[in-house]
Amino acid sequence: MTFKIAASPHAHQRRTTTQVMRWVYLAVIPGILVHSYFFGLGIFLQLLLALLTAWICEAAVMRVRGRSVASAWQDHTAIVTAVLLAISIPSLAPWWIIVIGTAFAILVVKHVYGGVGQNLFNPAMAGYVLLLVSFPVQMTSWPIPQQLAQLQLSLADTWQLISSGYSQAGYSLEQLRSGIDGVTMATPLDSLRTDLSHQLTTAEALQKPIFGSFAGVGWGYLNLAFLLGGLVLIYQRIISWHIPAGVLLGLTVPATLLWLFNPDQSISPWLHLMSGATMLGAFFIATDPVTAATSNKGRFIFGLIIGALVMVIRTWGGYPDAVAFAVLLANMAVPVIDKYSQPLAYGHGGRT
Amino acid sequence: MNAYKELTLQGLWTNNPALVQLLGLCPLLAVTSTVTNALGLGLATLLVLVGSNVTVSLVRDWVPKEIRIPVFVMVIATFVTVMQLLMNAYVYGLYQSLGIFIPLIVTNCAIIGRAEAYASKNPWQKSAFDGLMMGLGFTLVLVLLGAIREIIGNGTLFDGADLLLGAWASELRIELVQFDYPLLLAILPPGAFIVMGFIIAGKNWFDQRQAERAKTPEKQVTRARVTAQ
Repeated sequence: MTFKIAASPHAHQRRTTTQVMRWVYLAVIPGILVHSYFFGLGIFLQLLLALLTAWICEAAVMRVRGRSVASAWQDHTAIVTAVLLAISIPSLAPWWIIVIGTAFAILVVKHVYGGVGQNLFNPAMAGYVLLLVSFPVQMTSWPIPQQLAQLQLSLADTWQLISSGYSQAGYSLEQLRSGIDGVTMATPLDSLRTDLSHQLTTAEALQKPIFGSFAGVGWGYLNLAFLLGGLVLIYQRIISWHIPAGVLLGLTVPATLLWLFNPDQSISPWLHLMSGATMLGAFFIATDPVTAATSNKGRFIFGLIIGALVMVIRTWGGYPDAVAFAVLLANMAVPVIDKYSQPLAYGHGGRT
Repeated sequence: MNAYKELTLQGLWTNNPALVQLLGLCPLLAVTSTVTNALGLGLATLLVLVGSNVTVSLVRDWVPKEIRIPVFVMVIATFVTVMQLLMNAYVYGLYQSLGIFIPLIVTNCAIIGRAEAYASKNPWQKSAFDGLMMGLGFTLVLVLLGAIREIIGNGTLFDGADLLLGAWASELRIELVQFDYPLLLAILPPGAFIVMGFIIAGKNWFDQRQAERAKTPEKQVTRARVTAQ
């Protein structure tokens, strides 16, 4: 008989990468459903395209590297990357947008650095930034919430629009993006930003129908759905609370200060939290276990940096939303954060 | 003649200033958005490199060791100024599109590196040849990088070649692909880093494969069986 001696902890729940990843993409389902309720069926087609691209790229690159394709498919990390990217881009963007973005995320951002667990940058967000920098028009053409739209789109229409740029009746995306009054609408953050630059006050800018009653039609509920999914992840201990708390604090505190001093020309903290990609970023994107900091203190600092950068870029930067840039910039800071937030092992150094 | 062959190989491949020494990356990454710009800057660097190598090699016995670096920099700066004035006079369009990166050739570490590492220790004929080969290696990488970025980001090759070579060269422009929405990232600085990374990776992969092929298979020793099975 052998006595096996193992290091502590002796009682633990073993979780494979696959299980962790499965929880992540299960937890975004409420967000996807809310998204499709407000912005139409495009998101499902984008998800399909993203998943197909991710699987094909993953298989191709594993074949080239001489590794097992099945193991890469089984760990489900490519699925999470594809799902997050498909959620992030405008749901009626042309098909090649999502294909280029996903292929770049998998081939360059993930596998050039060595594959699962080796990448420096969050693959989905690096793919998003590539798309945003290269194709600004397509990447800022968000569909308007269906409740405000002139025309409703069927699934066949959506497919036509994504594959060819025109719906079955011959409407272009630009025409479909106009509201009942025929004015093209931007996302709440984009619209607010443009109006502020046109010398309107925040209160005046918020009069537009796109804002509705609750942080923008659709966007508020979308963020609530991602918040719900994120809380499930924290409850399931898939992610620790430090990163989301850091992001939300880092965003809210400076935003509140600015808003208190200058309410006419700044975005209210409520809109900061409930619009754009805030909740998706805080709970699903920033918490990527590979590219985030590793200690709890480090994670909190990492989150604070992301939150503060989101607020800074939204307020003074060149883009209406900022989660992707903030996450990539914070990814670069991770080695430094890890170096200075390394917990002391018991009995080594520290205060005497 | 063997020394010259060695210098050629060093400059173009095994010790290529851009791919192996990774020197002069700033202009390399900044101006290679088109083949024309890349070729223009590459040729300017090549000429400065040959000129500075010859001069440094000629004065090497009279320059005290303690102040050699300032002297080399002065020599290089002189050639860069000459180059800049010539470009201003003869290829004004290119001069404008390269802008600050022409005077910045002074700070190109590849040039001072060759002055210090080779020209200050070798006769002028060899130094001139070394400058030519190093410059050529640098130019080739620049042109390759420029070509890849121009194809991906713009779908063309030799766009604006008439700026460098005169009016006849506008015929050189090749429209390879017509993009409705070009991949802007390839033209922007991040694209330069990404493409450069892939070129270096490609070179390393090629070298590794060559090394594996060159490895002679070890002699197989078979044991003589003395007992029957």
